[in-house]
Amino acid sequence: MRPDKLVARIAIYAVLGFFALIFLAPLYVVLVTSLKTLPELRVGTMLALPQGLNFDAWGKAWSSACTGAACNGLQPFFMNSVYIVIPSVIISSMIGSINGYALAQWRFPGSEIIFTGLLFGFFIPFQAILLPAAQFLGMLKLANTIPGLIIIQTVYGIAFCTMLFRNYYVAMPLELVKAARVDGAGFFRIFWRIFLPISLPIFTVCVIWQFTHIWNDFLFGVVFSGPESRPITVGLNNLVNTSEGVKEYNVDTAAALITALPTLIVYIIGGRYFIRGLTAGAVKG
Amino acid sequence: MADTIPADAGLRKGLARPSRASVWADKWIPLVVLSPSVVISLIFVYGFLAATAVLSFTNSTLMPRYVGAGFQRYIDLFSNSVWWTSVANLFWFSVPFIVLSLGLGLLLAILMDQRIRAEGALRAIYLYPLALSQIVAGTAWQWLFNPEYGIQNTVRALGFTSFEFNWLNDSRMAMACVVIAAVWQCTGFVAALFLAGLRGVDEEVIKAGMVDGASMPVIYRRIVLPAMWPVFFSVLLLLTHQAIKTFDLVVAMTAGGPGTSTWLPSYFMYNFSFERGRMGVGAASAVMILVMVVAILIPMMYLEKRAQKNAS
Repeated sequence: MRPDKLVARIAIYAVLGFFALIFLAPLYVVLVTSLKTLPELRVGTMLALPQGLNFDAWGKAWSSACTGAACNGLQPFFMNSVYIVIPSVIISSMIGSINGYALAQWRFPGSEIIFTGLLFGFFIPFQAILLPAAQFLGMLKLANTIPGLIIIQTVYGIAFCTMLFRNYYVAMPLELVKAARVDGAGFFRIFWRIFLPISLPIFTVCVIWQFTHIWNDFLFGVVFSGPESRPITVGLNNLVNTSEGVKEYNVDTAAALITALPTLIVYIIGGRYFIRGLTAGAVKG
Repeated sequence: MADTIPADAGLRKGLARPSRASVWADKWIPLVVLSPSVVISLIFVYGFLAATAVLSFTNSTLMPRYVGAGFQRYIDLFSNSVWWTSVANLFWFSVPFIVLSLGLGLLLAILMDQRIRAEGALRAIYLYPLALSQIVAGTAWQWLFNPEYGIQNTVRALGFTSFEFNWLNDSRMAMACVVIAAVWQCTGFVAALFLAGLRGVDEEVIKAGMVDGASMPVIYRRIVLPAMWPVFFSVLLLLTHQAIKTFDLVVAMTAGGPGTSTWLPSYFMYNFSFERGRMGVGAASAVMILVMVVAILIPMMYLEKRAQKNAS
């Protein structure tokens, strides 16, 4: 390699490596802080490694830290999020897949208008629907409940899921449906026998994306939940920002990591699909 | 309409003739399948948008009251200095956020496009913040910006004992903290999109440029980057959209403070609607946020479409 080329290569790696460290730094700092004791925090810097693996702060964040008046840690919030996320992800993905199939493979006069009309739900700022949505849930007696949040998360997830599946199925040749119809198969049978079996990748993308979004949601969670139904993001914010007395930063950071863990694990396992959801949403969004 | 399935698709010679009922069913089932989503969207999206607009013309405070108030709520909103502070703050948040994420994202994408090792790992590292909740990101950065324990303390421990870094409690610099956290969260995403765009540029054109003796920077400036306009517009669109919606990060990092120095319109809407019980003003601000999104995004979407057409 010529010397100037070599210098260029080194510079490229140096810049990329530098930014990689910068991007990882907050995670590292939060992790080591969560493993320290309070006195230990006061002596060293935030970059110092902990003296040992001390999970006391994690235990407290999980089961006994105060989030306002209650002192049960993040555990109840975590479970609320689980109960909200699982049905919303499943239902919105299923509706999205059948919608996408109908829009991509069974085009009819007006199907493009319906698609565009549904897609609009993906673009609106949610501030513009919060007040009537709160009223609506109140009318259904679902205000401040987990079922209410499931409805909201599902409904506002449909637009994205529909778009994802529609863009996936639109790349499939229309001859598939034509041939199957000749053989006497109907709408649902063709979906079930031909399209669902080839949909695993896009289902993975959709589920990962919806899971991440709904787990991380704060706006709907803070507006539509009550003391018994608050999701984990609201719990974390209450724990970090409304606690009184001595600030326990090790507990705060442990709580942040507990909140982040499910989506981080999904990201590490399914990163490839995560990126696909991203670009699919971006390119056609 | 060329893609519409002809009604006689099954009538070709020698094949089973579908019954009239099944032809009829095939015509209507897709519509029936889509109708729940259409109805849901008509209620939850279009209906609620309209209801917000209606609320903004009423006397509603804690509970919705449908007593007409004309433009009074908008007059209230526009004569509220906190609203204008929030709008100005949005500008001072969005511009640096968008410029920095675009610039840094493009830089990282170009560098990652140089046939480097460990590209997958690097991309995963740049992108992981996007998998985190903004509340988590806000908590982490609040900790880093904490003067007693965070960056200030660490730099001082290195020997720079007079080092000052207390932006989070400084009303002039607090927004910069929010910008830094937002850039940290979104840059990997921008880089991933740009990288996908760079990979889409025709290799042959680049090779031809190299044969002609052009250097890499020249090839990028003259050939590669101009071909990236459509991607650039997509990214700009997404970042602008993201900027207007930003809310969680502010709640987690500063709760709008110090004072109102990090209030954004989204925070104003939440605060007036759900904490101060001034629903009418909250609704008026929500309508203004919607107007902002539409006013900024529609021209940009139009430009994006045009850029895409020119590129193809």
